[in-house]
Amino acid sequence: MAHNAFITRETIDGADDGPLSGRTVAVKDNISTEGVRTTCGSAMLESYVPPYDATVVERLKQAGATIVGKTNMDEFGMGGTTETSAYGPVENPADSGHVPGGSSGGSAAAVAAGEADLALGSDTGGSVRNPAAFCGVVGIKPTYGLVSRYGLVAYANSLEQIGPIAQTVEDAAALLDVISGPDPNDGTTRFDLAGDDGGAADDRSAADGGSATHPATDANYAAAADGDVNGTTVGVVTDLLEGADDRVVDRFEATLDDLRSQGVDTVEVSLDSVEHAVQAYYVIAMSEASSNLARFDGVRYGVSGGDEGNWNESFARAREDGFGEEVKRRILLGTYALSAGYHDKYYQKAQDARAWVKRDFDDAFERADVLATPTMPVLPPALGESLSDPLQLYLMDANTVPVNLANLPAISVPAGEADGLPVGLQFVGPKFGEEAIVRAASAVEG
Amino acid sequence: MTAKALSEGELVSVIGLEVHVQLETDTKIFCGCSTEPADGEAPNTRTCPTCLGLPGALPVVNEGAVEAAVKVGKALDADIAEQTRFHRKNYYYPDLPKNFQITQYDAPICADGSLEVSVAGRRREIGIQRAHLEEDPGSLQHQGGSIDTADYTLVDYNRAGTPLMEIVTDPDFRTPTETRAFLAKLEEVLEYLGVFDAARDGSLRIDANISLIPEADVGEGGSIDTDALASANRTEVKNISSHKGAEQALAYEVTRQKNAVQRGRAVEQETRHWDESRGITVSMRSKEAEKDYRYFREADLPPLSVRGWRERIDIPELPDARRERFREAYGLDEESAAKLTSTKAVADFYEDVAGRFDPDLAATWVADNLLGELNYRDMSITDVDHRLEEFARLVELVDAGEITTKNAEEVVLRTMLDEGDDPDAVIDAEGLGTAPDEEVAVAVGEAIEENSDAVADYHAGEGGAINFLVGQVMGKTGGSADPGDVNELLRERLEE
Ligand SMILES: [Zn+2]
Repeated sequence: MAHNAFITRETIDGADDGPLSGRTVAVKDNISTEGVRTTCGSAMLESYVPPYDATVVERLKQAGATIVGKTNMDEFGMGGTTETSAYGPVENPADSGHVPGGSSGGSAAAVAAGEADLALGSDTGGSVRNPAAFCGVVGIKPTYGLVSRYGLVAYANSLEQIGPIAQTVEDAAALLDVISGPDPNDGTTRFDLAGDDGGAADDRSAADGGSATHPATDANYAAAADGDVNGTTVGVVTDLLEGADDRVVDRFEATLDDLRSQGVDTVEVSLDSVEHAVQAYYVIAMSEASSNLARFDGVRYGVSGGDEGNWNESFARAREDGFGEEVKRRILLGTYALSAGYHDKYYQKAQDARAWVKRDFDDAFERADVLATPTMPVLPPALGESLSDPLQLYLMDANTVPVNLANLPAISVPAGEADGLPVGLQFVGPKFGEEAIVRAASAVEG
Repeated sequence: MTAKALSEGELVSVIGLEVHVQLETDTKIFCGCSTEPADGEAPNTRTCPTCLGLPGALPVVNEGAVEAAVKVGKALDADIAEQTRFHRKNYYYPDLPKNFQITQYDAPICADGSLEVSVAGRRREIGIQRAHLEEDPGSLQHQGGSIDTADYTLVDYNRAGTPLMEIVTDPDFRTPTETRAFLAKLEEVLEYLGVFDAARDGSLRIDANISLIPEADVGEGGSIDTDALASANRTEVKNISSHKGAEQALAYEVTRQKNAVQRGRAVEQETRHWDESRGITVSMRSKEAEKDYRYFREADLPPLSVRGWRERIDIPELPDARRERFREAYGLDEESAAKLTSTKAVADFYEDVAGRFDPDLAATWVADNLLGELNYRDMSITDVDHRLEEFARLVELVDAGEITTKNAEEVVLRTMLDEGDDPDAVIDAEGLGTAPDEEVAVAVGEAIEENSDAVADYHAGEGGAINFLVGQVMGKTGGSADPGDVNELLRERLEE
C-alpha cells in the first residue's frame, strides 16, 4: 500500500447499476472531479477543487463504478517516470526500487498493486502505455476524438486522449466501451458537426469525413478481446527495434513467435519519419503547453501571486511558486518555439514532420492490419536514475510519441519480464481501429 | 522607431478602422451561457467552466454565432470562407480567463468586402479587408482610479465569451467625418440583420489607424502610394466607443499631427488612448514594439465547413435597398424615406401602417408624430411595436375625420404613450370626438357676435384677425373642430 499511487484518496460512489457495478476505478489527478481536488501533480493546484465532473467521470458514475481516489502523476503530465510530481515519486509495484513509468504512474501502479480494479490515465506522448508497460498491466491510448477530453486538464491538447488501464485486455476494453463516444462538450468528438472536412482531428480525409456517427457508437471493444488473430498481418516496425535494449527485444521477438504460432503473419515495415518524431513531438507538446498552462496566473484558482506590485508581477510570482522545474522548462521552450522568428523554424517544421509521420503510418497500414513495437525501448529505470538527464528521458518516448502525432490508437500489453521487470508490447492500429488492437493484444495474453 | 518628418505642404489623412461588434446571439460563442446581461446581475454569475477558463473545460463553437457572421459577410458583399478555423492569440491580461483569446487568423470567415457610404452627397466605397469571429474578454473595474492609478482592479467575466466580430477596413477614409458615416451605416446594416444591439453597453468598440501623407503622394482617383503609406508614421487610437467618438478622436489626431509637422516635429509611431471625457488622445506606449501573440491553431475546435451556408442563410432587405423601394413604392421624399428606414423595426412598422392607409398620411404619422414623441420620451419603436394595432386605429380615426389632427397629435398620441391607453379610450375620456357641424356653426356665430373689433379688423384687411377668431371658435369647441374647416366657415359668414 506504500507505493504513493494516490494523491487524494476519496470514495466517489456511482449509480447502483451498470456495466462497472462493483468495480473500483482510480482516476488520474488531471481529470476533473466535482468537489474532489484535482492537482495535476502540481503545487499550483494543491487546493483546487473543480466545480464540475469531467465527461469520463460522469460516465464512470453512470456505469456504476466506484472511484477510489485520484492518482499521482508527473506534474501536468510532463514526464515519463512520475518523478516530477509535487507529491513525491511513485514506486513500481513490480519492483519498488524502480519507477512505475509515467506520466500516469499512479494509475498503473494502483492497478498493478491491486488498489483499484481499473484506472484512467491520459496519454499525450505515451503516458498511459509507458507506465502500463513498466508496471506489467494493460493500457490503451484511443484514437484522437474517440474519448471526450472535457474535464481533462490540458497539457498538449492536439495530442492527448484519456485511456483505460487494467489487469487484462478485456477489462481495459470494457472500460473503453464506457468512456468512449461523442460528447457535446468536446468538439473533437462531434462527428455530427463535421460537415465536409471538419470533425474529429484536423486531418480527416474525405473518406471518413461527413459521417454523422461517432465510431464508438457501433463498436464493442470488450467483445473484440477474443484472441482470434488467425490471418492477421502484423507489421513489425524495424526502425523502432534498433535502439532498444536487447533484453526488451528478446521478449518482443519471443512474443511475435508466439503470435505466429497462432496464425499471425508478420511483415517488416519501416517508418522513415520516426527518427524525427521525438523532436517534433516535444516542439508541438511544449508549444501547446506554453499556451494551455498560461491560465494558471493565480487570479481565479491555484497558487496566488499576492497583491504586491502590478498584475504582471503577481502572475510571475504565482507561476514561480506554483510550477516545478520540468513544467517551467517546457513552458519556456514552447514559448520560444512559437515566437516570431522561430515559429517557422521550430513549430511549423514540427507540424510538417507530424504530417509526414501520418503519411508513413497510412502507407504502413496498406501492408499490415496492425503494427507492433516494444512499448518502451528500455526496462524501468531505478528511482532517481533518470531525473538528472531530461534528454535521456525524452528519448525513452521514441516508440510511443509517433502514435500521438498520427492521432492513432495503440495498446500496451504485458509481454513477460526481463530481469524481474515487466516488458510491454505495443500494437498500433489504423484510425478508430481499436477493435483490431484489442484483438491482437488479447492473443498475447494467451 | 525613426520618425519621418513630413515635408511642408498639404497633408492628407489616411485612416483605417478595426471595429469590434458584439454579435447578438442567444448564447456565448463557445459555451451555453447567455449573452444577455440580466438586470442588476452580480459579477461572475453568468459564467461556466468554459468561459471562466477553468482547467479542463473546452470550447465548442456556437453555430448561431457563425451564422450571424455569415449574415454580416453577405451584407458586406464579402467572400465567405468555405472552411473556417480558429487560432489562439496568446497574451497575458487579467480580463482573459485563459490568458489567450480564441480568434481567427489565417482563415477568417469573411474577407474582401465593401460598404458604400454617402458623405455630403458623395458616395464612397470603403473596402473591408476581413471580418472574423473571436471571443470577448471579461471586463476590468479599476477601483479608486484609472488603469494607471487604481488601488486595485476587479475582474468580471460575465462578458467573457460574448461573440465578437472584428471588422477590419482598408485605409480608405480620408476624413474623420467619413469614419462616422461609415460606423453609422455599419451599425444600421448590423441592426437590420438582427445581429446587433446598439443599446448594449460595450457593443461597439473601435480602434483607428491614422497616417498623414503629403498630398503629392495621392495619385489619380485618390489612390495612395503604398510606399508613402508604409514610410509614414502610423498612430493607432484605441478606446473609441461611438461614431461621434471616432470622429472627434480622429479630428483631434489630425490637428495634433498637423501642428507637430508645422512646428517641425516628427510624428511618433505610437498607440494612443482616446480620453472621451477630456476630448483628447493620450500616448500609451511611445516605443510600440510589434507585439508577438504567438498565434497557432486551436486544436480544440475542428475546422468548420461553412460551404453552402451563404446560400442557405437568408438576410433581409438592407437599408439602402429598402430606402429606394420606399421612395418608389410609396412616393416618399428622401428625408422621409431615410427616417422611415433608419431601423428595421421602424421600417417594418411603417410598411404595416402604409399598407392600410394613404402612405403619405402614414409617413407623416410614423416619421414625424410617432418618432418625434418617442424620441422626446427617450423611447424607441421597439418599445411600442406590439401596439401597432392601436396606433393604426388612431391613424384610421384621423383618416376618417372622426378626430382632428391636432387632438390626435397633442392629446391622444401623447396619452397613449404616457398612460398606455388605447385611442378610443382616450377619445371617450377626453370627449374629443370631432364636433358636429351644428355645434361649430353655433360657435362661429358666437365668436363673430362677441368680437366686433376683430370683425372690423378683418374687414379692414388685417390678416391676423381671422386667426384670432379661429382660436375663439376652437376654444368654444374644446379643440374638437377642424381649424381648416373653421377658417373656411368664418370667411363664408364674414363675407355674407
Ligand atoms: Zn460560459
